Parts: sequence; structure tokens; C-alpha cells
Amino acid sequence: MKTLLTNPAGWKSLITFAILFLAWVSGFSARLFAVIRFESIIHEFDPWFNYRATAYMVEHGFYNFLNWFDERAWYPLGRIVGGTVYPGLMVTSGAIHHILHALNIPVHIRDICVFLAPIFSGMTAISTYFLTKELWSPGAGLFACCFIAIVPGYISRSVAGSYDNEGIAIFALQFTYYLWVKSIKTGSVFWSVLTALSYFYMVSAWGGYVFIINLIPLHVFLLLIMGRYSYRLFTSYTVFYILGLVLSMQIPFVGFQPIRTSEHMAASGVFALVMAAGTFNYIQTRITKAEFKFIFIFATLVTSGIVLLAVVGLTWAGVIAPWSGRFYSLWDTTYAKIHIPIIASVSEHQPTTWFSFFFDLHILVCIFPAGLWYCIQEYNDERLFVVLYALSAVYFAGVMVRLMLTLTPAVCILSGIAFSKIFENYLKEDGPVTSNGTKTVEEKQPSKDKTPSKSSQSSSSGSGKSKKKPPTIASLNSDNNNGEGVGSNIRSIVTISMLLVLMMFVVHCTWVTSNAYSSPSIVLASFSNDGSRQILDDFREAYYWLSQNTDNDARVMSWWDYGYQIAGMANRTTLVDNNTWNNSHIALVGKAMSSTEPKAYEIMTSLDVDYVLVIFGGVIGYSGDDINKFLWMVRIAEGEHPKDIRESDYFTERGEFRIDSQGSPTMLNCLMYKLSYYRFGDLKLDFRTPAGFDRTRNAVIGNQNFDLTYLEEAYTTEHWLVRIYRVKKPDEFNRPRIPVLERKIRNPGASAISKKSARKKKGIIQGKPTVLKGKKPKATNTYTNGI
Amino acid sequence: MAKILGIVSKFYDDYTKTTSKKLKIIDAYLLYIMLTGIVQFAYCCLVGTFPFNSFLSGFISSVSCFVLGVCLRLQANPQNKAQFSDISPERGFADFIFAHIVLHLTIVNFIG
Repeated sequence: MKTLLTNPAGWKSLITFAILFLAWVSGFSARLFAVIRFESIIHEFDPWFNYRATAYMVEHGFYNFLNWFDERAWYPLGRIVGGTVYPGLMVTSGAIHHILHALNIPVHIRDICVFLAPIFSGMTAISTYFLTKELWSPGAGLFACCFIAIVPGYISRSVAGSYDNEGIAIFALQFTYYLWVKSIKTGSVFWSVLTALSYFYMVSAWGGYVFIINLIPLHVFLLLIMGRYSYRLFTSYTVFYILGLVLSMQIPFVGFQPIRTSEHMAASGVFALVMAAGTFNYIQTRITKAEFKFIFIFATLVTSGIVLLAVVGLTWAGVIAPWSGRFYSLWDTTYAKIHIPIIASVSEHQPTTWFSFFFDLHILVCIFPAGLWYCIQEYNDERLFVVLYALSAVYFAGVMVRLMLTLTPAVCILSGIAFSKIFENYLKEDGPVTSNGTKTVEEKQPSKDKTPSKSSQSSSSGSGKSKKKPPTIASLNSDNNNGEGVGSNIRSIVTISMLLVLMMFVVHCTWVTSNAYSSPSIVLASFSNDGSRQILDDFREAYYWLSQNTDNDARVMSWWDYGYQIAGMANRTTLVDNNTWNNSHIALVGKAMSSTEPKAYEIMTSLDVDYVLVIFGGVIGYSGDDINKFLWMVRIAEGEHPKDIRESDYFTERGEFRIDSQGSPTMLNCLMYKLSYYRFGDLKLDFRTPAGFDRTRNAVIGNQNFDLTYLEEAYTTEHWLVRIYRVKKPDEFNRPRIPVLERKIRNPGASAISKKSARKKKGIIQGKPTVLKGKKPKATNTYTNGI
Repeated sequence: MAKILGIVSKFYDDYTKTTSKKLKIIDAYLLYIMLTGIVQFAYCCLVGTFPFNSFLSGFISSVSCFVLGVCLRLQANPQNKAQFSDISPERGFADFIFAHIVLHLTIVNFIG
């Protein structure tokens, strides 16, 4: 014990390692709720595409993946996957799979995909530690590391099974920033090359790399304006920029964008500026002040004139693309609503509410301005960076819910700094202040307490109860502080209350993770009155039905949300999917859904649709179903076909969107309505409600007894969540039934007609037209067995 | 204009007198690189950028060689010792080579 105490460095690194390790473990285990409650399964929508692409890559190799033309998406257009995807995620998990198999560890690629995000969250925590350590102190780094490991704003994107770009991109983001801060501190070319390489990884992983390539130049620009130009700044930025530029163009999806689009222009402008500053700085050392002034003014005027002319000319000539829609929607929050309904229709592109700031960040959102203030107060080159990072991220997070994700690391860093500062102030004079080393040890004490409590918390609440922990730990902590001999009462009060706040943060994080962010959304769970849990597996039931009962090349029409899932689970061709690159194609599907049945049939036959899939939540009260999304379909369709579809037709006269008997007739007769509510009028859910009562919208449906002419019900899942309809062939409907005796059998010799009808797969077996007739009722029976 | 010429000639005299030989070698290299870049740019203006990736990789490689040369020069210059406290000229040269390896692997991949 004596030897350990005499060697503070040993203590320090032991505690550091322990905390980092525990943060990793607790972060990892907090993300496993979904796996424990449900199963090891890919979540939501986009991850299904990533999974499918990864599986393809593992099966066919990297080069075939890059050249993959996916004819099963966007029928009849297809999609060039290799050129329209950020391959970093697939390559990462493919590489892990490859390494594990080389070591004879046969892990299925699905498990790697499921657990990739939790593993990378641990690496994010560690790179956050390093970043904060560079910015402030190791103690603050440990705080920041513990925060980012469990903060809900990041967990929301990185639970096990959420196999999406953001999972690895936040790690790449933090690591790039760490390397950047390191390189600007040392001025070493080595570190800036590493920054560029890490930036390359980020580019390959996520479209959010644009954030880096604008934030770093902004930082450099700010330093230049503040007159903090140095050779270190010059070396680190120029090397990073030029290598980052050429590396980022290696990703096929990015291509020549870094030199062509306005989003990247700031970086090149700052590059030119840094070069100019370097030149002037060099000349300044050589010549006298008056001469320099003259040269400076002369050169500034000439270059700025040239640059301005060049940029204006190039933009005008169309060489530099103007800013893309998503970026306009970042500056002008109403832009998307007016111009691009497809962007506005995604819920994660909506502006953030105050509630979700608190929900995702809890106490950190209150504390981080303090850290920001400390950074501004004691600023230096790298602290200015984190200030800019936080300010820009706050703005972007306010614009889009999705960008909460970029705010979270900045908030964690700054709150780490603030907490570290508080504890430094209030724990410093405990007992005899001996040396620097012991002080930092004491300072780290609370965060050490926190980490184990956190892991025990997450494991305990894994079994369902997370409410009864705080008192025990609070007493434990207060013991701890009393043991250290606090002199002043105020000091202990502040410390204990801060620890309590941290405890509440941990409880809140675990609670949010377990309740809000751990649902796979393709398997639903509901609780019955006695507390038992029911699993609603309707999505997979329907997709499995599709994969087993339809032709291999059957085309399934659905709203684009379900495109990736149909492709991934049912392995069937889809018309539109979550890669929303072709707005007019989506609008066509939206038009089909919002037209009447005969008009929709025209569209569907022109698109060769075989099956239509709708999501209907009226039976179980699932609110994310197609009727609730329906207005977006109408809006998107209206954007492309304003003559045929008008949004106002779907509202009642008082401007309400209703599905009951007062709903507008257009609404009650459109395809989506009919497909959702077909035969629903006959269904009586329980004794209290009348037949045809929609639980999601709490109304009795308006149009109850109708038949479908052009489609027939093929399958409906157990809870009616997914309904699949088969589109009839032209010869299957509107035929008056002819009594057998009156039927005329066509002369088998008339083979000239068969040329015309050869397209029909069901085939005219010559001379036996009765076979066709006899098929229909039988088929209807087998298809409707699900109810 | 005459004033500028006067300043330039004075600058040149000052440069030849005070710069060490090592740095002059680097400066000659930088001048050469700059000329390569200018030639490529002139070629692209006159002939066109048809294999755009080839042009870009050639031009960017010139620019980055120049940038890396400047960084090497800054780090090798004894006057800048204060700013690069823990980077010796040898370390600077090693970094220079490392950056070049990364750069040229990328360029070879990109040139098509």
C-alpha cells in the first residue's frame, strides 16, 4: 500500500485504465437491452439495407460489391449500389468478419452487424477521453468518457442492432477531432497525416463528414482572424486539407464533389487564405514594414478580385454546383417544407423540441454552458476549436432532430470540463494537499464511483427495476467524502449534490435507453394488464409470407419506408425504398396510393406491380402506419402531379383529416383507404366498441362495405399490421360470369391471337381456356387464409 | 510598378545573402514543383480536363508535394525552433516521407 501511495503515476494510470474499461463495458451493456428483450436482430429500416449490402459484400467480395447493380430496387430503374453508398460501414464489418474467420472463429455476419455499434461506442468513449485530455485535463477526459458512454443522445443511434452509418461515424468524428487538436498542438506533419486518414475513414462512413470539412476550416479561419497564425497552424491545416481532399475523392459516392460543390468550398478558400498568410508572413520577415504594407494591399486587392470573379464565374457556368437541398434546409428551416416534401416527411429531419434536448442529454444540457464558458475564459488554439464545435452543433441540433447526434459529443466534452472544474474546486483542499498527483486522484474519485455504479445500474435494470438504486449509492458516496475529511459544510454539500445529480443522470440514461431507444421497431412488444409481454411479430410474418409464396421476381409496391425491409427480409423487388434518390418515382407510388382504384390500377399495371403491401395499425393501435403517413404521400404526389392530386381534397371542409363518415369522399375512396380498411368493417374488436372501430385514430371508419375490383386480398397478418394484396391480371376482373353451356370454345386453329397474349405468364394453353376460369376461386381461397 | 520591382530585387538580394544552403536546396525543389503544377494547369486550360481524375491527381500531387516541401522547410529552419519545440529536422524529414507514402499510394489509386 505504501509503495502504491508513493507512486502516484501508477495509481493514476491504473485508475484511468479501470475507468476507461468500465466505461466501455457499461456503454456496451447498456446497448444490449434490445438483444436481451427481443433477439439479435437488425433494427428499423436503413440498417436492413446496410445488412443486405454487407452480406452481399461478404459473399461476393469487395470489387463485386463496388460494381453491384441492384436490379431488385427501384424497379424498373435499378440502383447502382456501389456508387451510391458510403462503404465504410460494410467494409468495417466485412473486415472484422474476415479477421475472425481467419482466426477460425465462425461468427455469422449478422451478429457482427448487430454488435458493431456497441463496440464502436466504446471506442468513441475512449477517443472522447483523449480529445478532452488534450483540451483540458485527464480528469475532465474521464468525465467526458463516462458521459458519452451512456448518454441517450448517442445511444439512440448505437444500440445493438442499429447497424447504421452513424454508429461508426461518431467514433470517426471524435477521433478525427482528437488527431486534429493533437496536430495543431504539435504542428507535426505526422499527426496531420493521421488526421487526414481518419477523415478518410469518416468520409467513407457517413455523409456527415461535411461537418468536419467545414468546422476545421472555420476553426483555422477564426484563428487567422484573431491573429493567432503560426507555423504549426500552417503545417497542420495545409497537410490535412490537401491529403484529405485527395483521400475523400477515393470514395465513389463522393467522387469529384469536394472540388465541385459549395459545401466544400469553404475548406479550399481557407486553404488559399492560409497559403497567402504563410507567404505574407515569410515576406514580412524579409522586408521593411512600409514596403510590406504596400505589397500587402496590392496583392490582397488583386487576389480577392480574381477569387471573387472565379467563384462567381464558375458557379454561373455551372461548374460548382449550388448547395444541395438538405443544406438549404439547414439554414432555412422552412425551406424543406416548401420545396422538398420528401425531406420534410422524414421525422428525423424535423426541428428539435426542447423536450428532446433534455430527454437526450439530461443534466448535461444544463451543465455544458459552464464548460463552454471555462473554455472561452481560458482560451487557446484548441479550446477555441471545441467552442466552435459546440456552438455550431447546438445550432444544427436545433434545426434537425437527427443532428442531435453531433451535438452529443460536444456536450459531453464540455460537461466533462465543467464537472471536472467543479470537483477540482470543491475537493482540492481536502486534507493535506500534498502533491499534484494525489490531487488528480482525488479529483477522479467521483467519476470512478460513478462508473461501477453505472454498470451495476444497467445490469440491474436489465432485470426490470432501476428505481431503488440511488439511496444506497448516495450513502456510499457521502461516506466516501466524509472519509476524506471535508472541512467546510458547503464543500460537502456541493459535492454531494453534484454526485446526486450525476446519479440521477445515470438513472435517467438507463431508463431512457431501456424504454425509448431499445425497440427494434420490426418486432413490437405490448404489455397486457397483468404485466406480461406480448411480442407482435407481424412484420416478419408478412415478409416471410412474401418470400415463401410469391414468385422470385414478383414486384411489391409499398410506401418507401418499407422498401429496404422488403428487399432485406422478403428478398423481393421493390419500387421505391429508403434511398430516396428519385422523387418522381416515389411520387408515382404516392399517386397510386392516393388515387381511386381504377386510376391506381393504370399506374400499377404500367409499373408491373404484382403485390401491394400496406401497414395498418387500426387493430392494435399502432400509430406509425400508412394512414397516418398518408398525407405525406399526397403531398409528394401533388408535388409531381398537381393536376391529378390535390391535398385539399383529402381534408374535410373544416380542414380536418378524418377517416370516419365525415371524411372527404376522395379520402374514403382512395386506394390506401380501401387497402387499409378492406373487410375491416366486419371486424368487431371487443364488446365496447362498434364494428370497424379504428383504435389508432379512435373512430369508426366511414366507408365500411366495399369490394375491391382490381386487387384481391392475398395475406393479412395476425394483428392486421401488414396487409398484402395481389394485383389482378387484366383477365381476372370485370368479367361477367357466363354459364357453362353458353360458353363458346374458340377454335384452336386461331393461333394468331396467341402472339398478342404471349406476355401473360399464366399462359394460354391452347384449346383449354376453361383452365383459366377454373383457377380463380381456388386461388382466392388459398390466399385469404390469414384471417 | 517600379516600386514593386525595387522591393522584389531588394528581397532577392536579402534572400541570397541570408538563407542557408540546405534551405536553398529545398527552395529549388519547391520552385520545380511549382513549375510542374503551373505546366499542368496551363495544359488543362489549353487542352481540356478530359480524364478529370488524372488531371486532378497530377495537379493535387503537385500541390501537396509543394505543401509538404514547405512544411519540411519550416520544420528544418532553425529560426522556427521555438514553434516546433519537439520536432527535430530529422523527425520532420521522416514525417515528410510518411506523408509522401500516403499521398502517392492515394494518387496512384486515383490516377486511373
